[in-house]
Amino acid sequence: MIRLLPALLAVLALAATSLFIGVSDISLSTLLAQDGGSAAQVMLVSRVPRTLALILAGMAMAVAGTIMQMLTQNRFVEPSTAGTVESASLGLLAVALVAPGMPLIGKMTVAALFALAGTALFLRILRLVPLRSALMVPLVGLILGGIIEAATNFLAYRFDLLQSLNAWTTGDFSGVLRGRYELLWLGFALTVLAYLAADRLTLAGMGRDFTTNLGLRYRSVMTLGLVIVSMVTAVIVVTVGMLPFLGLIVPNVVSLMMGDNMRRSLPWIALFGAGLVLICDIIGRIVYHPFEIPIGAVMGIVGSGLFLALLLRRRERLA
Amino acid sequence: MIEVSNASKSYGDTMVVRDVSLRFPQGGITSIIGPNGAGKSTLLSMISRLLPMSAGTVTADGLDVTRTPSDVLAKRLSILRQENRIPARLTVRDLVEFGRYPYSKGRLTPEDRKQATAAIGYLMLEELADRFIDELSGGQRQRAYVAMVLCQDTDYVLFDEPLNNLDMKHAVGMMKLLRRAADDLGKTVVLVLHDLNFASCYSDYMVAMRDGAVIHHGPPDAIMTTQVIRDVYDMDVEIQEIQGRKISIYYT
Repeated sequence: MIRLLPALLAVLALAATSLFIGVSDISLSTLLAQDGGSAAQVMLVSRVPRTLALILAGMAMAVAGTIMQMLTQNRFVEPSTAGTVESASLGLLAVALVAPGMPLIGKMTVAALFALAGTALFLRILRLVPLRSALMVPLVGLILGGIIEAATNFLAYRFDLLQSLNAWTTGDFSGVLRGRYELLWLGFALTVLAYLAADRLTLAGMGRDFTTNLGLRYRSVMTLGLVIVSMVTAVIVVTVGMLPFLGLIVPNVVSLMMGDNMRRSLPWIALFGAGLVLICDIIGRIVYHPFEIPIGAVMGIVGSGLFLALLLRRRERLA
Repeated sequence: MIEVSNASKSYGDTMVVRDVSLRFPQGGITSIIGPNGAGKSTLLSMISRLLPMSAGTVTADGLDVTRTPSDVLAKRLSILRQENRIPARLTVRDLVEFGRYPYSKGRLTPEDRKQATAAIGYLMLEELADRFIDELSGGQRQRAYVAMVLCQDTDYVLFDEPLNNLDMKHAVGMMKLLRRAADDLGKTVVLVLHDLNFASCYSDYMVAMRDGAVIHHGPPDAIMTTQVIRDVYDMDVEIQEIQGRKISIYYT
């Protein structure tokens, strides 16, 4: 646990950096100067919520990716390669069509239910299709996601909702203000829940037989994991939009560093996830200042680079 | 005591285990032998509630394995299947400590850790304790799994092909260890074994299966006869007594 301290400090430093980057120039001195409090206002309404949202979303998404990898016993699965995100978007679209006035928590619930159904379908297909290679699993997920996405796109096009759809599928924190991100605390609660169930989820990663032998009901562990993943995905999609790669890279890097015993690795995964999202968002805010590049795009570039490095390193280790 | 009554397993029209009724003796080592596809592993999986039965019942100490809460059963009976592939990166110690899950539910007590260390020592894995299981050889990994199951500390310990992946030395070591588990710790060990001679040398009781049915069972002296082996394997095999052990000569 002591070894977590430097990582924790690094995340805090990044968070502090995030607080002081943006269009309006805020520094400690302007904050303290009593100039009608506009700096403090920006801080409270925009910067703090944004930074908190980054941290909460990063933690929750990285943990959700880990859970998916445990449940499918596959390293290459995360909510965006398993149809989960696409299903959640379809759910949001359904709400926009049928009950556009629904409060945010209702939208999130519907999205979570859709995500749950989509992910359960994914797992069902995995059980039915004989899988000859580990790479088949994410491929099946991508195909399923593609089909759901196509249907969603078609509906959105027909009903003129493509723009909203885009907001859900591309992560972007620039619109985060006080009052619009608080749902992410639910994501945090789910992260804590995952930590409490870490032993059970690790056991599920050992497969049905081991789980049963040790007296756990495999189905209920799977259900618990699925519910956490679906709700986290729905919360993220509803509030800030999808963050690609995060749930793939972070668990893999941490797994290489310290293995998959989630009781030990989950705090690292959460911190690493928060840190990576903070870095990507900060990059997106400074490279094209005063404009912003959405975090989804930055994450795509940084993420694929990291992922390539990871794959190459793994090959080296095997050789 | 493990008691199997009228247990059957069928997939569609194919019956892989047909109407097996059997009492496994309490204590000692019982080996299940038989040709490929005889239903040995299926029977073992049904006894350990990993596979639902199509018909019949199995009880361990009077507890119906399909109805008893899984976590209660996990303190009485443990199983290691033949093919084990854990993609998760766990250290040997992590894995063995998970054997304590039925007791600790994830919160390891000092007693749990002591048991895990003892199991690691029992399998001579001390030097590998902090290595990840995906970095071990097949034989080392097999020993780690066995350590985990022993760490579970159940009265009944079931192994499907425990000699899988083990070389001569480690195979003999494993059988001696199971013998000690039965003799010193009083466990009832049930094995599925392919090597007839290992079964003959180390078992107290043998169960011969063919085409999903138990066709012979008894002490090794009763099973290791030319006639019984012909019934089971369709092979004429010479049985010789070498240093007081019944050994089948089936290599040529």
